[in-house]
Amino acid sequence: MVALTTLSAGQTGLIHSLQGGHRLISRLASLGFTPGAPVVVTRNYGHGPIIVAVRGTQVALGRGEATHILVYPAEA
Amino acid sequence: MHCQTETIPAPPISRAPGATLVVALAGQPNVGKSTIFNRLTGLDQHVGNWPGKTVAQKTGRCTYQGRKLSLVDLPGAYSLTANSEEERIARDYIIHERPDMVIAVVDAAIPERSLYLLAELIQLPAPVVLVLNMMDVAEQEGLQIEPHVLEAALGIPVVPMCATRQRGLEEMLDTVFRLWDGAFPYNPRRPTILPAHQEVLEQVITLIADHTPAPYPVDWVALKLLEGDEEIHAMMQAALPADRWHTIGGLLHAHEDAVLDIAGARYAWIARMIRAAVVRPKIGQVGLTARLDTVLTHPVGGLLALIGVLGVVFWLTYSVGSPLQGWLDMLLTQLAQNVHGALFSVSPWLADLVADGLIQGVGMVLTFLPILIIFFAVLGFLEDTGYLARAAYVTDRFMHALGLHGKSFIPLLLGFGCNVPAILGARILDSPRARRLTILLAPLVPCTARMAVVTVLTAALFPRTAAWVAWGLVTLNLATLALIGLIFKRAVLKDEQSVFIMELPLYHMPNPRTIGLYVWHNILSFLQKAGVVILIASVVIWMLSYFPAQGDVMQSYLAHIGRALEPLGRLMGLPWPMLIALFTGFVAKENTIATLGVLYGDIGNTLPALLSGPAALGFLIVQMLFIPCVATVAAVQQETRSWRWTLLSLGLMLVLSLGAGIAVYQVGTWLFS
Repeated sequence: MVALTTLSAGQTGLIHSLQGGHRLISRLASLGFTPGAPVVVTRNYGHGPIIVAVRGTQVALGRGEATHILVYPAEA
Repeated sequence: MHCQTETIPAPPISRAPGATLVVALAGQPNVGKSTIFNRLTGLDQHVGNWPGKTVAQKTGRCTYQGRKLSLVDLPGAYSLTANSEEERIARDYIIHERPDMVIAVVDAAIPERSLYLLAELIQLPAPVVLVLNMMDVAEQEGLQIEPHVLEAALGIPVVPMCATRQRGLEEMLDTVFRLWDGAFPYNPRRPTILPAHQEVLEQVITLIADHTPAPYPVDWVALKLLEGDEEIHAMMQAALPADRWHTIGGLLHAHEDAVLDIAGARYAWIARMIRAAVVRPKIGQVGLTARLDTVLTHPVGGLLALIGVLGVVFWLTYSVGSPLQGWLDMLLTQLAQNVHGALFSVSPWLADLVADGLIQGVGMVLTFLPILIIFFAVLGFLEDTGYLARAAYVTDRFMHALGLHGKSFIPLLLGFGCNVPAILGARILDSPRARRLTILLAPLVPCTARMAVVTVLTAALFPRTAAWVAWGLVTLNLATLALIGLIFKRAVLKDEQSVFIMELPLYHMPNPRTIGLYVWHNILSFLQKAGVVILIASVVIWMLSYFPAQGDVMQSYLAHIGRALEPLGRLMGLPWPMLIALFTGFVAKENTIATLGVLYGDIGNTLPALLSGPAALGFLIVQMLFIPCVATVAAVQQETRSWRWTLLSLGLMLVLSLGAGIAVYQVGTWLFS
């Protein structure tokens, strides 16, 4: 189980849990980041915000926000 | 456009005959809700603000087969939990104002995510009609959707639509009235909570049942408590006896994970609902959005694309906006001369007031129009196509360091053209704090008018090193902007460290009508609110510089103020008339040059002799950081709706500029003496 930011572009993960404050969790959950949801990282350059596909939508996330999402990386 | 204007006699309806049906349009951001609203109401709409908020409130009317409909366009909301101002407004409206019906608009191209709001709306008492908008985009992305299958699954009416091509609007209105007439069976299948939390939900319901304030549905309040909604927590804490709240607090604490389970259950419900209705594209099929994004969100390609887009914006501003501005200016000068001539025989001072005070004030407001129209057209275009979010993503890495959001970049950058659109453009930011910080920083971006003044003055004061000095002054302004951003990030925005969570909507063809109305409403609100302030301030400054000496500035009230400020000027090595020149720049920055011309004649010869090197440099810095022009101040007030914030902004600029001027003069004099 790793932070979403450790996945590289093209990698898929299954969300395990969300960390952080209630507000952040609530916002992320309403955008579709809930446990069990598959996510695909589309942009991650090791710094700056990343882009993730979740439930058919591309969402840009700041690195700080993305580290609060823990995922199981899918076997490549 | 009116939906349909034929006068077919109204069929009997369940409420008072002829009564207007009140319908709220709800939907997540970027689902094309505004296009539907604009199509239905045309110009028969009222745009204001939600009471006490900076979020735009749009209401309008339309008539369908002789029956009246009042539409309320709710702000875009991802959910009904109060995570943002928009979400709070949307849910407060539905709960307190109780519209007769809610139209839930979803983006057919991303049914899974955008149905989330429906999962919440369907749990409230108002009947819901689901609109699947952007069917064309869905098709373009390879999705196949069967509205009838979805309708059967949900148990509520579902209308497919493509609002930009004007398809589905009449069907929607027809469905709304049929549902209202009871001609459509309404048996919504609502999402249920996971078994793990069913028991605690029922316990909470029992505990709050007899204490829930009036319009709130009890089970909805219980659900929001479990979801950790701060506002509902506060409301119930106030409504319940202390011991009962204590019991509930214990329950909620033990079920803190409920928020994710509830959201998860809603998504599971959505998956069940769309299983048969939506056929996904074959794996490997790459949609238009994905293809465009390989370039537009690329760290190098995206930056180059952004530079290209901005190049076009600046080119438009200078090649179309500036000439138009100049032409308007000329026209008004001509008008002022004619009016002055006509009035002079009646009363000389009245002629001066109308020509130099009033017409110049109106002219100020008018000459902003070309630039503002171009700016809003571009902003509306970029937002409507979906590109704006990409630009924000590409620039976020730079802006983040300053405590700013990627979306602040475009308004701030366009501030180089004019600060007014930069401040109005801060509207695209979702968080009120990020919006205010952007507004606070925008006047530090040197606009063309400020640059024009500085260019003239630098050439006069430092003829040999003018380019370097000007370059240094711009750098100083940007460094100050960065510094203030950092300070505010550390000190003020601690708890909200510019959270960056932003949807990248699918690209689609821009709708000229949507953009046109966007420009129209923004310009109108600028003229109505800021226009008056600009006009009044221009006239007041003119009067101060005119009276009581009938036009001799050196004997005017303004000069009295200047003399009173002499000690301040001495700290900066500046004679008091220089301060007057600064203050007349408040109406329009260019006035500083005009005033200096009146006071000192040929400034290229007189000013260098008058000022020491440090004083000259200090004056330039003060000019760069000094309070912005009245139009900018009016825009700050209009956008923040707070005089306190406006005064803070003014105070900050005043302290910064005078402080820097004093420091440069004192240190410089000490070094070179």
